[in-house]
Amino acid sequence: MMSPTLIYTILVLCAIGVISAVILFFVAQKFKVVEDPRVDEVEQALPSVNCGGCGFPGCRAFAEACVKAETLDALYCTPGGNECMAEVARILGKAVVEQEARIAVLLCNGTCENRPKTARYDGAKTCAIAASTSSGDTACFYGCLGLADCVTVCPFDAIHMDQLSGLPLVIEEKCTACGKCVTACPKYVLELRKKGPKGRRVYVSCMNKDKGAVARKACNVACIGCNKCVKECPFEAITLENNLAYIHSDKCRLCRKCAPVCPTGAIQETNFPARKPKEESATVTAVNENKDNESEKI
Amino acid sequence: MNQKKFKSQTFPQGGVHSADLKLSADQPIQPLGLPQTVAIPLSQHIGKPAAALVAVGESVKVGQLIAKADGFISANIHSSVSGKVIKIEDVMDQTGYKKKAFVIQVEGDEWTATIDRSPEIKRGIAFSADEIRAKVMQAGIVGLGGATFPSHVKLAVPEGKTAKCLLINGVECEPFLTSDHRLMLEHGEQILIGVQIALKALGIERAMVGIEDNKPDAIEHLKDLTKNYKGIEIHPLKVWYPQGGERQLVKALMNKEIPPPPKGLPIDVGAIVLNVATCFAIYEAVQKNKPLFERVVTVTGSNLKKPSNFLVRIGTPIQQLIDVSGGIPEGTGKILSGGPMMGKTLLTTDSPVTKGTGGIVLFDETQSHRKEMLDCIRCAKCVSVCPLGLEPYLLMAMTDKNMLDRAEEERITNCCECACCVFACPANRPLLDYIRYGKTTVLQRMRSRQQK
Repeated sequence: MMSPTLIYTILVLCAIGVISAVILFFVAQKFKVVEDPRVDEVEQALPSVNCGGCGFPGCRAFAEACVKAETLDALYCTPGGNECMAEVARILGKAVVEQEARIAVLLCNGTCENRPKTARYDGAKTCAIAASTSSGDTACFYGCLGLADCVTVCPFDAIHMDQLSGLPLVIEEKCTACGKCVTACPKYVLELRKKGPKGRRVYVSCMNKDKGAVARKACNVACIGCNKCVKECPFEAITLENNLAYIHSDKCRLCRKCAPVCPTGAIQETNFPARKPKEESATVTAVNENKDNESEKI
Repeated sequence: MNQKKFKSQTFPQGGVHSADLKLSADQPIQPLGLPQTVAIPLSQHIGKPAAALVAVGESVKVGQLIAKADGFISANIHSSVSGKVIKIEDVMDQTGYKKKAFVIQVEGDEWTATIDRSPEIKRGIAFSADEIRAKVMQAGIVGLGGATFPSHVKLAVPEGKTAKCLLINGVECEPFLTSDHRLMLEHGEQILIGVQIALKALGIERAMVGIEDNKPDAIEHLKDLTKNYKGIEIHPLKVWYPQGGERQLVKALMNKEIPPPPKGLPIDVGAIVLNVATCFAIYEAVQKNKPLFERVVTVTGSNLKKPSNFLVRIGTPIQQLIDVSGGIPEGTGKILSGGPMMGKTLLTTDSPVTKGTGGIVLFDETQSHRKEMLDCIRCAKCVSVCPLGLEPYLLMAMTDKNMLDRAEEERITNCCECACCVFACPANRPLLDYIRYGKTTVLQRMRSRQQK
């Protein structure tokens, strides 16, 4: 026989359970949060890296914004790319604008050989602090500081420091153009540029706004603002401002005519096939001639 | 030092004692020869850069106004030489950044006629408070202790506040530097007249001069002089860094605490703090009509041949000062502008002397490099030496981890950047590098929040 104490206990506990269940049921009805089930679906389609490249605090917030928004024009997930956005558009039944793939590009080629050190920085090893104490340990005040703030912030492990050159190296396959490194860089030497067909890009790899002679003295591969590339470009894709040339990627048709005329070699071309030997020899002489002219000028 | 004739005051919290190393204390102030060209930056003070008044190609005289204060917190800039403005270009100054500056080719030494160049000391003060303020502003005087805050702003007491006491900073607590010390010995009377002028501008009667007791000759000298100057007291202070900090000086002399920054100012407890060199500049501006275009600069260093004190025209390349003192000695690793505690490393010796340059210190290779950074061992030495009662190790970690809200709660903005924490840290951690960065970031955030 069970003792009455035990029976009472079981009964009371059961009663509490039932009453609580009833209360909870009504409370749940009253304070029900209606959430669009599509938010979950969209979140599933996103890469869930929470990089913040879209401008929202994480993928969930971006998914909510996508569901809420009338059109997807202003919303884009760079790490996911066009495929991911197409999936999101399919779930939501909205149209999506395709964007060209982009990539972070380093606008500085001041390697240890090209840009000799003029001072020794002894302070805390982050770019942000180095930039706040002085304009850098080389004679170029615009270039990369080489203390790897971009490497630290990259959520995709897509930037590494190249020990030989002392500059960060963007790994093309891993970079998703989230833009974290661009905002972290105190010298603004990282830029998001169009990835280009087969990864082919032409850009001026320099941020030096000093006059030619000063820039050249500080770094062998500085843009000296000579205007040659601007004149050479058949598509008016290059502009010169503050002694610095800039190639606009929306106008550039990758003809590569600018690179050989650059007297310092500040214009970089990536992933192009090697130039034809005949053309190359002509180019080399052209470069040499230009170099001679330039040295005379300086 | 054992037979001290006086009892020294000090502030109660934190601080460090570092070696004196006042190598140039016996060197009289000598005027430095005129340079061939000077570079006078448009921004030599806290606040907005001055607006240029002369163009390239124009001739200027010594003491001529070449850039006008742009706004309330800004200061006039005068030419320190006579000659021709050859260009206005970006020149690397002591901040490590390029700033706009007049480059003037020196021709002769022709002074503007209004400046009184006679050596006699003018004692009577014939100006009203407003006239004094106008003259100080006209002369472009800024705090010469290093902070370069425009002095006319300090001499105007804001509404709702009352000034009670003027504090004169003759502490010179940084090791190596002796420019204020020499100035007190050689121009003591002029400084006291400057103090009286400042008292008149503020409409108060009492001034206290604080001097560290490693300068007994200066204390004696000024004590003798004050017999003729009513209301000015000389107070010896203990040799304890940062005795010359505004907060520390107010605490040591008046035993009052300034409310925490960024809002708290000495005027909140009725104090106005001026440097002795600033008082000398005020004397020259008011009594002699001489704008601020030259200052005393100490050039010193353990290996330097002739550590010296120079009277230098603003804009003179620092290289020239070092050349006259015997040139850069072999094995020099670092050249500082300012003292070893708060000074900044120069990127180039072509930088010009500005209003805030009190000293140039040359370090040899062994002194100039930091040792390898080790892990924090939680010894709390940084906490015990912080004169503001902060926790530097914590602030560094907060800044490193980007936890700026927490850093703000921990009062990172109170930091006065005195570098006691770095000096005391046995693990060679770059505490101040981080804290200074965190502080500026937090201040920016606070400002943008206010704008919203």
